[in-house]
Amino acid sequence: MQCEASEFESIIKNHPQEKKELIPILQDIQAKFNYLPQDVLVMVSNALKIPLIDVISVATFYGAFSLTPRGKHVITICMGTACHVRGAPMILDEFKRKLDIDVEETTEDNMFTLETVNCLGACALGPIVVIDGDYYGQMKIRKADKLIKKFRPDKKEQS
Amino acid sequence: MEGMNIKKLEDIRNEISKARVDQKTCITVCGGTGCHAYGCLKVAQAFKDEIKKQKLQDSVGVRTTGCHGFCERGPIVVIQPGGIFYQRVQIKDIKEVISETIINKKILDSLLYVDPKTEEKIIYEREVPFYKKQERIIFGNNGFIDPTEIKDYIALKGYSAIAKVLRNMTPQQVIEEIKKSGLRGRGGAGFYTGLKWEITSKSQEDIKYLVCNCDEGDPGAYMDRSLLEGNPHSVIEGMLIGAYAIEAKEGFIYVRDEYPLAVKNITIAIDQARDYSLLGEKILGTDFSFDISISKGAGAFVSGEESALLACIEGKIGIPKQRPPYPAQKGLRGKPTNINNVETWANAPIIINEGAKKYSQTGTNGSKGTKIFSLVGKINNTGLVEVPMGMTLREIIFDIGGGIPGGKEFKAVQTGGPSGGCIPKKLLDLPIDFESLTEAGSMMGSGGMIVMDKNTCMVDVAKYFLNFLRDESCGKCLSCREGTQRMWEIVTDITEGKGKEGDLDFLEALAKATRDASMCGLGQTAANPVLSTIRHFRDEYEAHIRDKKCPAGVCKELIQYSIIEEKCTGCLACLKVCPQEAISGELKKVHVLDQSKCIKCGGCYEACNFDAIKIE
Repeated sequence: MQCEASEFESIIKNHPQEKKELIPILQDIQAKFNYLPQDVLVMVSNALKIPLIDVISVATFYGAFSLTPRGKHVITICMGTACHVRGAPMILDEFKRKLDIDVEETTEDNMFTLETVNCLGACALGPIVVIDGDYYGQMKIRKADKLIKKFRPDKKEQS
Repeated sequence: MEGMNIKKLEDIRNEISKARVDQKTCITVCGGTGCHAYGCLKVAQAFKDEIKKQKLQDSVGVRTTGCHGFCERGPIVVIQPGGIFYQRVQIKDIKEVISETIINKKILDSLLYVDPKTEEKIIYEREVPFYKKQERIIFGNNGFIDPTEIKDYIALKGYSAIAKVLRNMTPQQVIEEIKKSGLRGRGGAGFYTGLKWEITSKSQEDIKYLVCNCDEGDPGAYMDRSLLEGNPHSVIEGMLIGAYAIEAKEGFIYVRDEYPLAVKNITIAIDQARDYSLLGEKILGTDFSFDISISKGAGAFVSGEESALLACIEGKIGIPKQRPPYPAQKGLRGKPTNINNVETWANAPIIINEGAKKYSQTGTNGSKGTKIFSLVGKINNTGLVEVPMGMTLREIIFDIGGGIPGGKEFKAVQTGGPSGGCIPKKLLDLPIDFESLTEAGSMMGSGGMIVMDKNTCMVDVAKYFLNFLRDESCGKCLSCREGTQRMWEIVTDITEGKGKEGDLDFLEALAKATRDASMCGLGQTAANPVLSTIRHFRDEYEAHIRDKKCPAGVCKELIQYSIIEEKCTGCLACLKVCPQEAISGELKKVHVLDQSKCIKCGGCYEACNFDAIKIE
């Protein structure tokens, strides 16, 4: 809580305390914490004098915000039309199966969160998977396992 | 910059141009998002390192430019002057490019583009078939400009249109010129830009706003991003012209959250424009003042709708409002607001520089100028193409796009994003403009063109868009919130073999109700993907409903994978990838697939090198 408060202070001091700053402030909080912690949303509500319900309403309306903590690595599968016709749904299924989670969920060991995006506009590389901001283009079903292992080596392989 | 004015801008332009006359060789590396993903920045850095190593800094420069459009072939490197075109350039190639092409003036065959039709190797960018039929008036400068360097833009006549406007034209004359050009909004609906500006300009309010809409939400469309990333000053100049015409002092550029590079480049461009007295108080020493700030979206498709976008800029949730009043009358903070899309703004400087008369010679009767399309999906040459309005789909897909990979049969092209529709093969000779696309049951939208082949299921495509729309519907209108949901459920049932007679009639009725009773563009057009696929591909729906078959082999519940004995070489490839151990067999013996274990993940189909896996 202490830490959250000081992080929040460092974010809020870069913005004029006006209602129109709500989205940019939430974006900064999301960037800092990787999600929007509940306590920090209360701080936003107090600082901008916006009712908490309106803060929550904005936080839940936009796809870029997450109310739950995300894993160490975020795997994003592009579900744009171009990726779709090139087989993105099958790639998504494979990641779901390999990670044993659904979209918007995080693995038990907090290593991975699986997300989708509507289009990244890098259609030539479709189907595309993004992990922590790096693009992996022309994805194949059989490459999913290797890619996951790159970020989470098997215990056996580690030793 | 001290004492900046119109005359001084011209002096600076002359200086830059003069310095570039005895121009040294310049290696341009495409820095668009596609090439970024291929690792172009490392390629550019490797060029710089090698040039330093060879002590060539004084005669050879490296420039990371905006998007060249031919994303399929990235990272793209073009050597100027001349325009030698190297594609898929890797770090390992760089030493040779410098030693052979730059020093010994020899062309490296291995990096040239090979025309798949003639198998001829092509040396120059302008001769590559992908570029040959294009008319790149908006997009052409991208490849010459380092978007983070205002001087590059100024050298190519940049900001001469706003100088002309400030020197010789009244706001009314500017509006007349844009009206005469016939320019229509490139964001989707195609409203006449000049008319839009006129409505806002006629308002008696003191404060007026200008907005550039870069909430490019249509999946498969990315031309606005490429413009903002690749030539941000052309958008700023367009906004300056608009601001002068409608007498606005403040403008906003609304950019999607998913476009970090666009945000970065436009931020740099705005700062540089301020340094050159092209934004801020008393622009170029005149009485005209205007400034721009950036507003970042947070991931909501509906916020591309005008009234929703304004709510986002105000920090609220992006839910559309009832219109009228239109933003031109009552927009941001209750003041008249003129909103145009990125590509529309980028057209304005060209109209002013070339004159409305010349501009309007390109295009069709109702649609003037060029349009940038993103040609994606099942197409050989994925990329951004700029063509005159009125070019046929066949020319775009086959001459520029190089046809379908693997020579497969073309089935349809989807235009207009989730609001658009699918256009079938029989309409391939349709000249593309605002009207013709609407007549075909689709729309221009922002210019996405997703090509589909015989392995694309049209019912699945309709399901895809309905899923998108039910997710993105803001929920304000019942007709849209429930209509998209119910249509999605019905189409999903059809794809799962649970469709029944009468479903199509019901879908059509539901689609029309959603269209008629929804308030904003999202709901009003939400039915297009369903209606257009039923209209052009009814037989495919019927195969799903009556025969419980998916002719394209996509819908999981209706297909079955099996091994073709005659083709199976017993290589074990499929057996190794099967997560269910559903495939059994030994080396060099025909494998067997156990249907009861198969989860239809498609792994074996992808892994087989002998086309021995059949989907039916």
